[in-house]
Amino acid sequence: MTQAAAANSAYIGNPVYAPRRHPVQLAIGLAVLAFLVLIGKSLFDNKNMQWDVVAQYLFDAHVLNGVLVTLGLTVLCQILATILGVVVAVMRLSDSRVMIPIAVGYLWFFRGTPLLVQLIFWYNIAALFPHLVLGVPFTEYYQVISTNTLISGFTAAVLGFSLHEAAYMAEIVRAGILSVNKGQKEAALSTGMTEAQAMWRIVLPQAMRVIIPPTGNQAINLLKATSLVAFISGGDLLSNVTDIYSVNFAIIPLLVVASIWYLVLVTVATIGQTYLERAFGRGYGNSAPGKPKKPQIDELSDARNAVSENL
Amino acid sequence: MQETLSPKTSDHPVEINSLVKAFGAQVVLDGISLNVKAGEVLAIIGPSGSGKSTLLRCVNHLEKPTGGTIRVCGDYIGYRRKGNVLREIGGRELARQRARTGMVFQNFNLYSHKTALENIIESPVHVRGVDVKTAKARAHALLERVGLADRADAYPAQLSGGQQQRVAIARALAGEPEVMLFDEPTSALDPELVGEVLTVMREIAESGMTMIVVTHEIQFAHDVCNRVVFMADGKIVEEGAPGDVLDNPQAERTQAFLGRFNARA
Ligand SMILES: Nc1ncnc2c1ncn2[C@@H]1O[C@H](COP(=O)(O)OP(=O)(O)O)[C@@H](O)[C@H]1O
Ligand SMILES: [Mg+2]
Repeated sequence: MTQAAAANSAYIGNPVYAPRRHPVQLAIGLAVLAFLVLIGKSLFDNKNMQWDVVAQYLFDAHVLNGVLVTLGLTVLCQILATILGVVVAVMRLSDSRVMIPIAVGYLWFFRGTPLLVQLIFWYNIAALFPHLVLGVPFTEYYQVISTNTLISGFTAAVLGFSLHEAAYMAEIVRAGILSVNKGQKEAALSTGMTEAQAMWRIVLPQAMRVIIPPTGNQAINLLKATSLVAFISGGDLLSNVTDIYSVNFAIIPLLVVASIWYLVLVTVATIGQTYLERAFGRGYGNSAPGKPKKPQIDELSDARNAVSENL
Repeated sequence: MQETLSPKTSDHPVEINSLVKAFGAQVVLDGISLNVKAGEVLAIIGPSGSGKSTLLRCVNHLEKPTGGTIRVCGDYIGYRRKGNVLREIGGRELARQRARTGMVFQNFNLYSHKTALENIIESPVHVRGVDVKTAKARAHALLERVGLADRADAYPAQLSGGQQQRVAIARALAGEPEVMLFDEPTSALDPELVGEVLTVMREIAESGMTMIVVTHEIQFAHDVCNRVVFMADGKIVEEGAPGDVLDNPQAERTQAFLGRFNARA
């Protein structure tokens, strides 16, 4: 017997645990890193990238304005779409012969027509209905408003994006609600909650776990889709960047500026998503932020003690 | 269809008359009539699929009856009576009727995103408008009563099955119901955890609560319940005192059913 074998067969008294080695992962990591460094260096050294122009326009007032419009439009539309999406999803899951067809029809129309068409429609709605008459039925009181004053370019964009996005959100919310065990709702009803209370207080908070990740996708998609307002009122990040390079022809550096800002916004959104996921992961082994989960090793012995206590 | 006209202050919190429930063409409850006295502890036994759960679910209107009537504390649960018409209700009116019964489910159904304490105070605070401080004090007392005073801040996933079911019982009691409905409360538990739940249920029965207990725990039905109903194929086959039905069953189906239990025991 060799000495090593003897050492192996001997009883190990006080072992030092060493983590598993991952040589393949390490190799892949290094390869990707090297690749990124090379790309980065060649881009950085490339005169045509005009990094000085990028730096010059990164905090340009017109660009920052665009960032604000893009951000505002995304946040506003995502919030409106989520609210409307919950309403449509609840209608779709009801047992009402009136609400279900309304919800199905909504989904059919707003998912079935191109977003750009919807945007242009809302922007040009004044061409269809030049005046809106607002009045109280059965009274003489009414007011004629020019459609163009009511539906500005921004309003048209908000309407277009929210209504379109809401159709997608409705399906995401529906999947979330369906993922919650039916018994949760029944337990809530049995303690005297109304259907609405059970949905709002018990079902939706648990559905959020399933709703949040695809909603993050939607929000990031929406962030970039807002550049479609270039076809109507404009004013967003990409439109404003286009304004600038159509004058100075520094196309690549200005697109880099836009990309940097989009990446910044997406990064912020992703961090926000992580926090939301943790907040709604309560009770599922994901601890709420800043609230570490207690280890529950003594669970079974607790249960046993309870039995012996009670018998 | 005939029915007894009892005043609202009937001493029968649950009155079931010729209840029929069908799912499509399948008749699951086939003319059940059953009155439960205040303070009575009623056991319902019977083979799987005989309609026991459906009967309990009709009593708090989680299922709508196809025919017959159910009155809980005098009200036709799920309906408002106007002359000869029972008009279906919803919203707060239905919720208020449902709050008179507390339900304990086979698989606990604790709210997964809330701690034991939050599960218990949820309805007192948000349905009955009890202030949070009072509700918490009562919840702690209830947890004490079911032997879980030290697990108030645990999430359901951190509790054993027996502990979850005891929290679920505390949650149902927190609504201060007139009647407690138990649907096989120990069937999903590991054998060594059954005792702790039955102990709590026995204690509630002794406190005078009106209870309907669907169970396969024949010993519990024998020792704790005042009356036993044996159901098969959506009908009541036999009912009476536990000593009669369980020890000396008359109907063949009851004998066969109990025989299987005794053979195993
Ligand atoms: N929601 C439902 N839809 C269709 N059939 C059902 C439904 N709920 C119960 N059933 C049927 O009703 C019968 C009785 O079920 P159940 O009341 O759960 O019986 P038990 O609790 O006595 O085992 C079963 O055959 C079951 O398949
Ligand atoms: Mg059952």
